[in-house]
Amino acid sequence: MNSLLSAHTLRFIFLILLQVLIFNRIDFLGYINPYPYILFVALFPVKNNRMLFLFLSFLMGFILDLFMDSGGVNATALLIIAFIRPVVLKFSFGAVYEHNALKFNNINFSQKLVYLSILIVIHHFFFYLMEFFNISKIILILKNTLFSSVFTILLSILITTIFSRKTK
Amino acid sequence: MQQIVNFILRNKSFLFFLLLLFISVLFTIQSHSYHKSKFINSANFLTGGLYNASHSISSYFNLKEENKKLNEENARLKAIINSKKQTTSSYTDSLLYNSNYRFTPARIIKNSYSKQQNVLLINKGQNDSIKEDLAVIANNKIIGITDNYNSKYTTVISILNTTNRISAQLQKTNHFGTLKWDGKSPQIIQLTDIQKSAPLKVGDTVITSGRSAIFPKGILIGTVKDFHLDITENYYDVNINLFNDMTNLEHVIVIENKDKSLIEALLNNE
Repeated sequence: MNSLLSAHTLRFIFLILLQVLIFNRIDFLGYINPYPYILFVALFPVKNNRMLFLFLSFLMGFILDLFMDSGGVNATALLIIAFIRPVVLKFSFGAVYEHNALKFNNINFSQKLVYLSILIVIHHFFFYLMEFFNISKIILILKNTLFSSVFTILLSILITTIFSRKTK
Repeated sequence: MQQIVNFILRNKSFLFFLLLLFISVLFTIQSHSYHKSKFINSANFLTGGLYNASHSISSYFNLKEENKKLNEENARLKAIINSKKQTTSSYTDSLLYNSNYRFTPARIIKNSYSKQQNVLLINKGQNDSIKEDLAVIANNKIIGITDNYNSKYTTVISILNTTNRISAQLQKTNHFGTLKWDGKSPQIIQLTDIQKSAPLKVGDTVITSGRSAIFPKGILIGTVKDFHLDITENYYDVNINLFNDMTNLEHVIVIENKDKSLIEALLNNE
């Protein structure tokens, strides 16, 4: 339990630093940035204290907002995907999730892709919706969501593949 | 009563979610109104310190470019000094403006240009007598306005911020309008409310008007890219190519108008 706790604390800090120092500066084609910090929410243990999980997601978004001067944009988007995560888990893993036998280290690739893609697209949509805060710019919001999502999904898959502790 | 308590206990995580959501949406709304983001900003010990540390490393990567820019600025200033006879022997500021402006050099340690509300961070704060609502320029070209500050760091609301409203005018005539940003491209900014009678041409220079006591008159903004009449057909909406490359900034100057409080007191009495 202790090692699990410290691993998640490390991941929390590491993902924030990575986001602030590297990924916020990419600005691919002028405006496309990946936001792989949502891996913290995606890879949080399934059996958890729900209140604590919501609070940690909010805290992480809040810290990123401090760094990015963005008000509550990250906090809102991260909180929303933290809240709807059980539904997404059920959709993408089905029976495995319902029998409480889900381990993120040994899931197959297509399930992981579906799971991460759904979370990332929803997160990015709310992220840009909050950032633009103007429903008349919906086309721009959807465009940004699409491009950034592709970038983030690629990076997230890469990161989870590189750092997975699969023993085969 | 028992039922209410039961309801709260049963839905406690959902209610907690609603509470946190309410807080974060509140912060978001605050950040969308000008000068309201008092709590969430990067001018604090933790974020400022981290950005400062990372900037002290990354600034080495574009030293060459920065040297070139500073050289150009030096050349420009030397040309001004040489063309002007010194009127007094006492110390005068060698920049363009009269002595009722105070100039503070600073460095940008966090740049941002790809969002809707772009906020920069500079490494000067209250200790260097930086206040709220001071002009920030680079190479005599417009950057933004200072906002939140602590003892060592200050956030700057970039001109690439959709909440920004700055008074600007044409260089050749005195027709003035409001500078806004539509959030689309970091190279193009919009000037609205220019009178229909103004003799606009593509390529005209646009400068600050000096009407707001924040920016001195004559800070360069950009050149006219294209223009068209707005819906009421009384005013022009103008697209402007910025002179400054907002994606590549390092050395800036903060300008304080020392008479600002006097001017504001007069305007508020009206």
